[in-house]
Amino acid sequence: MTLAEFATVVVLPLMGLAFLIAMIRLVRGPSLADRVVAFEVMGATVTCILGVLAIVSGSTSYFDVTLVIALVTFLGTVAVAAYIQRRVER
Amino acid sequence: MIDIVTGALLFLGAFFLVIAAIGLLKMPDLFMRMSTTTKASVLCVGLVLAGGALFYADLAVTTKVIAVVVFVGLTAPVAAHMIGRAAYQEGVSLWHGTLFDDLQGKYDPETHDPASPEQR
Repeated sequence: MTLAEFATVVVLPLMGLAFLIAMIRLVRGPSLADRVVAFEVMGATVTCILGVLAIVSGSTSYFDVTLVIALVTFLGTVAVAAYIQRRVER
Repeated sequence: MIDIVTGALLFLGAFFLVIAAIGLLKMPDLFMRMSTTTKASVLCVGLVLAGGALFYADLAVTTKVIAVVVFVGLTAPVAAHMIGRAAYQEGVSLWHGTLFDDLQGKYDPETHDPASPEQR
């Protein structure tokens, strides 16, 4: 089994499973902060999937996308945290 | 040989990612969920991207990977801390089996000022 086959058959389905489980928590909540944590895990999962895709497809540009996804996930988390904080202080 | 090490790194990353997701689903309250996922997601991103860097063995790729891993390692604790503080102030309930809450009684529910009762 080559590395690309192993990554496609074993690693990517496992990451997809992690993404789906995180999505259950995203739907169930119960609080907004729970959903944000689930969103963070999904961002990390997408980062990992892109890292695997960079190996499978042979294109190194996926690593750039990885950086952008990590950045956007952090910004989104901080924005929602600030929103919750402001909602509390009012 | 490089392929085997890369495959092992990718598999470990995927494995811990699934563990983190199960923890996210099964843990009883928000703070335990954050404790499982924050550490594990940094570890997974590090492992998978280290596999990518090892596979390509290229200076540009390795630099990008180091940048991403350092960025994630710096920002994940900050994001988790902000979410945890906001959720605690909002009054997200702890698990009923929690033994002690260090902030109990030290948080003014009106002003959200984290001071001990003597200081107020």
